[in-house]
Amino acid sequence: MMRTAINYLVSGLCILATVLVILPLIAILFYLIYKGASSLNFAFFTRIPAPVGESGGGMANSIVGSGIILFLASLMGIPIGIAAGVYLAEFGRGKALATAVRFTADVLNGVPSIVMGIAIYSLIVMQQKHFSALAGGVALAIMMVPTITRTTEEMLATVPHAIREAALGLGVPKWRTAISVSLRTASPGIITGCMLAFARVAGETAPLLFTAFGNQFWSFKLSEPIAALPLQIYVYAISPYDEWHRLAWAGSLVLIVLIMVSVTLVRIFANRGALKGGS
Amino acid sequence: MGVGILVEDLNAWYGTTHTLQDINLHIPANHATALIGPSGCGKSTFVRCLNRMHETNPIARATGTVKMGDVDIYSDASPVEIRRRVGMVFQRPNPFPTMSIYDNVVSGLKLNGFRNRRILDETVERSLKQAALWEEVKDDLKKKSGASLSGGQQQRMCIARALAVDPEVLLMDEPASALDPVSTSKIEDLIFQLKSQYTIVIVTHNMQQAARVAENTGFFLNGKMVEFDSTHKIFTNPRDKRTEDYITGRFG
Repeated sequence: MMRTAINYLVSGLCILATVLVILPLIAILFYLIYKGASSLNFAFFTRIPAPVGESGGGMANSIVGSGIILFLASLMGIPIGIAAGVYLAEFGRGKALATAVRFTADVLNGVPSIVMGIAIYSLIVMQQKHFSALAGGVALAIMMVPTITRTTEEMLATVPHAIREAALGLGVPKWRTAISVSLRTASPGIITGCMLAFARVAGETAPLLFTAFGNQFWSFKLSEPIAALPLQIYVYAISPYDEWHRLAWAGSLVLIVLIMVSVTLVRIFANRGALKGGS
Repeated sequence: MGVGILVEDLNAWYGTTHTLQDINLHIPANHATALIGPSGCGKSTFVRCLNRMHETNPIARATGTVKMGDVDIYSDASPVEIRRRVGMVFQRPNPFPTMSIYDNVVSGLKLNGFRNRRILDETVERSLKQAALWEEVKDDLKKKSGASLSGGQQQRMCIARALAVDPEVLLMDEPASALDPVSTSKIEDLIFQLKSQYTIVIVTHNMQQAARVAENTGFFLNGKMVEFDSTHKIFTNPRDKRTEDYITGRFG
C-alpha cells in the first residue's frame, strides 16, 4: 500500500517538474506568435530595414547575416571543440595539459558574453581597425568551444573500453581508433552538444555588439560589418517606434523558429544512416 | 598458417603488482592450447602479453622475450604490426555498434585503409563461413548493426572479425563465458575446426572446455605457471599437487 502510494507520489512530482520546465518554453513561443506573427509577411523575409520615418521593410539582411556569422562560428568552433574533447578523453588521461585544458574550458564557459565581445574587439577589431563579420564569427566560435569540448569528452567517456580494445586488437593505430571508432560511437551525443552550443550562440547579442556591429544594408563580405537577427531585434526593441517594436517581436519569432528548424534538420540528417538495431 | 610461440622469462606488472612471474612456455603451431587457473592468476594478462595489448594500460609493463616464429614481438616489431598478426577474441562480445555486420567483419581491413570492394566482399564471406555465421546473417550484412545480433552470434562475428585480417595466431580470452550452452558448443566446434589453420590460445574457466578443445593445457596460479603438459596428462595424471587440487575442484 505504502510503496504504491510513494510510487504515485514520486511519479507525480516528476511529471509536475517536467510540466514546469516545458511551460515557460511553450508560453514564450505562444507569446511570440501572438505578438510577432501578424508582422510577418513576404517583405519581412525579402527586404532590408526601412529608413526612419518610412514604414515597411524587413530583416532579410539580418537573417542572411546571422546565417553567415553562425556558419563561420560553427566552422571554427565545432572542429576545435571536438578535437579538444578527443584529446581530453582519449590521449590526455592524467596529464597536466589535460587538466589545464579542462579548467580553461570551464572558466571560458563562465565568461559573460559581453566580456567575450570586448575581448574580440581588442584582439581583432582594433587590429583590423573596423568591425567585421569575421570578428563576430570568432566571438561566437570561442563561446561554442567549451560546451562542445566538455560534451565530447563526456560522451567519449561513455564509450565502453571494450570497443576500443576491439579496434586496438585488430592492429588499428590509436589515433585511428579514437577517430573512427570512439568518436563515431559517441557521435549522437556529440552532435547534441554541438546543437546546444549552436542554439545558445545563435541568440547571443552582446558578443556581436562590438564585433559584427550590425548593418542596415546588405553585406556579404566577411571583412565588413554585417547584420544579425539578435542585433536587429535589439535595435528595434529599444527604439521609440511601435512598428519597430512589432518587427522586433516578429524577428524574435523568426530567430527561435530558425534555431528549431536547423537543430531538427541536423538531427534528421545525422540519423539518416542509422542501422537496424544499432545504438 | 599458424606459427609457434616461444615465451622466455616473461614477467608482467600492473603498477607495483607482479602479475606474471618468470613464465617459460612453448606454444606449438596449429594446435589449441588452453590456459586454466582461478580468477586473478594471470592467465588473461599472459595472453594480453602475446599481442602487446597488455601495454595499452598506462600502468602496465612487461619484460622477457616472446618469439612468434623468428620474430621477437617486443624488439623486432611495433605493437600495431603484432596485433595484425595475432587476432584476439575477448570475454564479452564487443561488436562496433555503429557498424553493419559487413563493416564489423572487415573493420580491421577498412580501418587500416584497405578499400578494394571485391576483396572485402570475399573476405566477409570467407570469414563469416569460417566462423559458422554466414548462413544466419548473409541477407542482412549491410542492413543490420553488428550489435543487433544475439550474444552468441556477436561472438562468432567477433571471431570472423579477428580472422578477416588473416592472423597467424588467435588468442581467445574466455570466449564463451558470457554465452549460453548452445552458443558455447558452437564456439567450441569452431575452435576445433580453426586449429588446423591457426595457432589458438584459449583462456578458460571451464575445465571440460579445455579438455574438449585443446591438445595442451597450462595451469596458472598466483602469477606463475605451475604446470604445462598435454591436456590428457594434466587432467588424468598431473605432476603437481596444486594442479590436481584445482582440477578436482578442491579450490578455485
